[in-house]
Formats: sequence, C-alpha cells, structure tokens
Amino acid sequence: MGSRVRFVLPGLPHLFRGRVLEGGVALFLWLGLLALSGLRMDRVLQAPSGDIGDWVALLTLLGVLAGVWIWSAKDEVGGGGGAPGGSVGSRGVSVEGWRVFRKDPMAMAGLGIVLAFYLAMLLAPFLAPFEPEARGAFEVGGDMALRLAAPSSTHLMGTDQYSQDVLSRILYGARISLTVGLLAVGLSLTIGVFLGAIAGYLGGRIDTSIMRFVDMVMAFPRLVLLLAIVALFQPSILVIVLALAFTQWPFTTRMVRGEILALKGREFSEAAHALGFSRRRILFMHLLPNAMGPVIVVATLGIGNIILLEAGLSFLGLGVRASTPSWGFMLFEGWDYMMDAWWVAAFPGLAIVLVVLAFNLVGDGLRDALDPRQREGRSQ
Amino acid sequence: MLSFALRRMLAAVPLILGVATLVFIALSLVPGDPALIYLRPGVSPEVLERIRETMGLDDPLGIRYGKWLWAFLHGDFGYSHFYQMPVRARVLAALPNTLLLASGALFLSFLIGVLVGVLQAVKRGSLLDSVLSGVTLFFYSIPSFWLALMLILIFSLGIWGGPFSFPVSGSTSPGAALLSPWDQLTDRLHHLVLPTLTLTLILTGGVARYVRTSMLEVIQQDYIRTARAKGLPESKVILKHGLRNGLIPVVTLFGVYFPFLLSGAVLIEVVFAWPGMGRLMLEAIHSRDYPVVLAGTFLFGVMVVLGNLLADLLYGVVDPRIRERRG
Repeated sequence: MGSRVRFVLPGLPHLFRGRVLEGGVALFLWLGLLALSGLRMDRVLQAPSGDIGDWVALLTLLGVLAGVWIWSAKDEVGGGGGAPGGSVGSRGVSVEGWRVFRKDPMAMAGLGIVLAFYLAMLLAPFLAPFEPEARGAFEVGGDMALRLAAPSSTHLMGTDQYSQDVLSRILYGARISLTVGLLAVGLSLTIGVFLGAIAGYLGGRIDTSIMRFVDMVMAFPRLVLLLAIVALFQPSILVIVLALAFTQWPFTTRMVRGEILALKGREFSEAAHALGFSRRRILFMHLLPNAMGPVIVVATLGIGNIILLEAGLSFLGLGVRASTPSWGFMLFEGWDYMMDAWWVAAFPGLAIVLVVLAFNLVGDGLRDALDPRQREGRSQ
Repeated sequence: MLSFALRRMLAAVPLILGVATLVFIALSLVPGDPALIYLRPGVSPEVLERIRETMGLDDPLGIRYGKWLWAFLHGDFGYSHFYQMPVRARVLAALPNTLLLASGALFLSFLIGVLVGVLQAVKRGSLLDSVLSGVTLFFYSIPSFWLALMLILIFSLGIWGGPFSFPVSGSTSPGAALLSPWDQLTDRLHHLVLPTLTLTLILTGGVARYVRTSMLEVIQQDYIRTARAKGLPESKVILKHGLRNGLIPVVTLFGVYFPFLLSGAVLIEVVFAWPGMGRLMLEAIHSRDYPVVLAGTFLFGVMVVLGNLLADLLYGVVDPRIRERRG
C-alpha cells in the first residue's frame, strides 16, 4: 500500500490492518460527514450568517472532520498501531481501565450511542430535514393534511399537531434534554465530592452536620422534592439545573465520604502523613484521586437518571419552557393526540430510552473497568 | 431485638423533624408575601397588615418556626384555598390510594425481581442471563410515564387489535357506588391493573439487577464451595445456602427503593388520573395551593423515613449481626 494512501481516507489503513472497530468508525464518520455537507451544501454555506447554533454546528463539522483525519494519520505514522504499553505510574489505572472497557461490547455500544446523540445535537441544524419551528400546514399555501401526518419518506417520524416535523424537533430538543443532564451532574459532582471529602477526612462535628443534612435531603423522593422546588421558584433553566443538582449531590457526598474513610486508614495515606504533608495536600492529592473511580461510575449512571427526571418534570408541564421543547415536553404535548397519532409521543420517548440506556451501559462498563473488587468478582 | 428496634425508632424522630424543617426552609425562601396568596390583588394595606398579623407572619423567624413545626407535627397543615377545606382532610383522602398502588407494585416487583435475579445468577454467562440482563436494563432505563402511555396504547386503546381492555383513568368507574360490594371490588381491581403493572415493570429491572450482583457474590463464597464439595445437590446449595445469605442485602434495597417507588408513583398517578398524593400535589402546584404542596412534600418525606425504618427493622430480623452492632 502506498505511503500516501493513508492520508486520503482516514480509517482505511486501520481496516486493512485488521483494526476493524477504529477503522470502521473513523471511515464512517468521515464519509458520513462529507456526505452530509455535500447533501446540505446550501444549509452549511448559510451557517456563517446564522445564529449561534449554526456556528456551533459548523465548527463541530469542521472540527470532527479535521480531528478524525489528524487522529488517523498520526496513529498510523507515530504509534504504528501499537498500544501505549509503556505508560505506567499515575495514569496506570485509567489506561488499564480503558483496556477493560474497550473489550466490553455493550459498554462500547453505549459509548457510541451517547457520542452519536451529542454529535447529532451539535449538528442539528444540518441534520434536521426541516426547521423545528416550521409549521407547514399553517403557512401560506400550506397543506392541512400535514397536521398529525403519519411517518413517511418526507417526515420520517411524522408531524405533530402544529404540523411540525417530529424528527427535527427531536434533534433540536436534545439540546435541553442532554445539556441539562450534563450541567446538573457536573454541579452536583463539584459540591458532592467537596463536601464528602471534607466530611470523611475531618470527621467529628463537621462530618455529623454534613451527613445529617444529607439524610434530610435524601428522605424525600427525588421527584417530589423537585416538584416542590420548581413549584415554589418557577421553572427556568437555572432553577431546573440547580434543583436537579440539589437532589443529586447527597448520593455523591455519601459515597465519597465512605471511600475517603476507607482510604484514610491505608498505608500510603499514613506514609504521606509521616512525610509531613499538609492535610489539604493529602486529601486532595493523595486520597481523592484514589476515590474517583466509583465517583465516575455513579456520575455516569446519574446522568441517565437526571435525564429521566428532567423528562418527568417536563412531562408534568413543569420543565424548561423554550421555543424548541425538551423531549419530555414533546411527550406531554403528544399525550393528548396519542389515540390518533402515536408517533408524536412514541419517538421522543424512544429517544429518552435510548440515551438513558446508553448512559447506563457506559456506567455498567465503567464499573467493571474501574472497580477492582467487581473485576475480580467477574473474572473468576 | 427490642432495644435494637427502640434505638432505630428513636433515630427516625430527628429525621422527621429534619424533613419538616427542610419544608419550612423551602417555604421561607419563597419570594413574595405568603399572605398575598390568600387575597385578591389590590386589597388595602390595612387589611393586608391585619391578615399578616393573624397569620403570624410578623413574628420573629424562630417563633414562626416553632409554631409551624408544632402545628405540622400535629397534622395541622393549614387550609387549602383551592379545595376550600382543611389540607389534612384532602391529604388523608389521597394517601390510601397512593399506598395501595405503591405497596402492590412493591410486592410484585420484589417477587419477580428476586426470581429473575436468582435465575440469572445461577445461570451466569448463559444466553438466558444475557437476554434477561438486556430486558432488565431496558426497563431500568425507560421513563415510567412513557411506559404507561405505551401500555395504554397496547392494552386499552388496542392499536394492535388485542383482546385486552382495561380502564385507564381514575380508581373507580362512574357510578361505582351503586354496584354491589363484590362488583365494586372487581371494578377497583380492574382499575388497578395498568398502573400497578407499569410501576412493577419499572421497579423490577432495578431489583433484578441488584439481586443478581448480590447472589453472584454469595455464590463465590467459600461455604458455597464447601456445600458443593460435600456433594449436596445444586438445587439445595442454591436454595438453602445461597439464597438465605444472598437475600439479606435485598432487605436494604427495600429501603433504598422506597423513595424511587414514590417518585415513579407520582408520574403514574398523573397518567392514569389515579386520585393519590402525587396527582393531588400536581393539581395543587398548578393552582398555586402552597399549603397542599408543602403538606404533600412533608408526607412523602415521612413515608420514606418510615419505609427506611421498616427496612432497618426487617434487616435486624433477618441478620442477627446487625442487632448486636451499635447505632
């Protein structure tokens, strides 16, 4: 094979060398995105004069195309296909974890679905066949038969009561559903890890008061607490993210505290103490990094859970109000028309199921990969 | 056992106080004047002042908190301006319906979940295990309200022309009070089928996943190997030695699942118009009836605390080691 061929089609050389998964994904992504920009050339060319969503989509498109190409070329020239076997030391755990994770087909499938959804969300302006607000039947010269039209080749998932294309609305609606989950989990991780680490390491009265508060918050069913907060403070995206994070952090805190308590008594912690390191350094540099494995697992499973909760809130009519509603709100709207048009409620629901399922698969895979106790249990 | 039970019950008391306190904090954080909820806009300032006084809103925060806590713990949740009756009466009418729905689903999901989980653990790595893992993960990831809608489509509207037809709203048919007691009972059970089925399916996935992990851990223990080495038949090893220990952590799961169950029940009550606490709270939210919202939140919290207490006590019953430990 000519040495220049590898620069023409990313992923192809990988395929020839038998690295089917990486090669296939790279090739598929590259060709797919090229085909997309070819098919929707006019839309892509319009993007620079569009809104921020268009800009994000354009940058994503170019970024992924360039990224895949650079990765493929570099991987072929530099690594020669070999795995980075030499890196031990502080990154050893994550490298080892990744090795276990990538051998788990279900977990990799989950990761693929999650990434595909986020990519589709970013590329929504190019992928969506219609503008999400376009109300075909109600515009000049519109066709009333388009209202609640069954899935067809023009409207793959049918149209809703305003004769808007369901597929396009799902693509745009992902923005709220998927970002709210990430933001809330990020926020709850920050608070939860910090408080849990302090409670576990310092102990005493601080520990007691933090954990009593955790018990109090956890005494409420999460949805009920969310309903109460949203009812009292009116739903805006900020309130929803804060409320979701508020119902999530106690789980993180409780787990981090447990991990820190267990690690505190281990030799390396006592050694660090004997060396005269400050308590802050021991806690944040030595103990916390070792507690992060389970935290990442719980956070991943937490994103799925939070997406479900947000959908539930929206379904009850208490979610974020936006021009393009989240999936839960689409379900809420489609509910009334379910007898005549099942597709309006069915497809947003399927999107939720798929994303949550994918996050749970990734979480399960991470648990097997990062939690050594589980791993020993499995391999026997 | 008695001292263990007493200790546990005493530990639940501050938690219930905490639950009430958190509700009070939420109430006092609400922007706006609570007195205005009860009044028409444009009321004269003197009247507003008088109302504020009778409601005790001008008292210092500490006094207000004390009075409020005292009333709440006595079941005096205030007056609902939407339903025009004391909140307590409204809430007490809805509570049994929620408990009926939740307890039925809890029982069924633990029964099925344990069976599935044990079966998976015993047949670990087989095709059956993988298929059941996929199915349980699916039901674990599915939004309860969406499952409810799809079940309505299938079993009630019968889009696939199925022979099933179950009622999809309310807890009784119109005019059910005129029926004979037996017909009333079957009517009610008929209305329970779909909500309970939905909630059961949602919960079973999680229970089965948990039981599978727990049983797998037990099956790897030395005493199971010993039992096998003694030449006991496999069924006896699993049922007598494995199951007994594998099911102990499942009792804790009961406590963990209680809040989850109630969250699910809220959504399902709304879909099926089941006249329980969740639907009541949602109605109250939409009509800005804050006393009902707060009372509902409080009672849900109390239910969780009591559910956890029950799980703790059960844990003490099945595992003697727990009773001996302090705390």
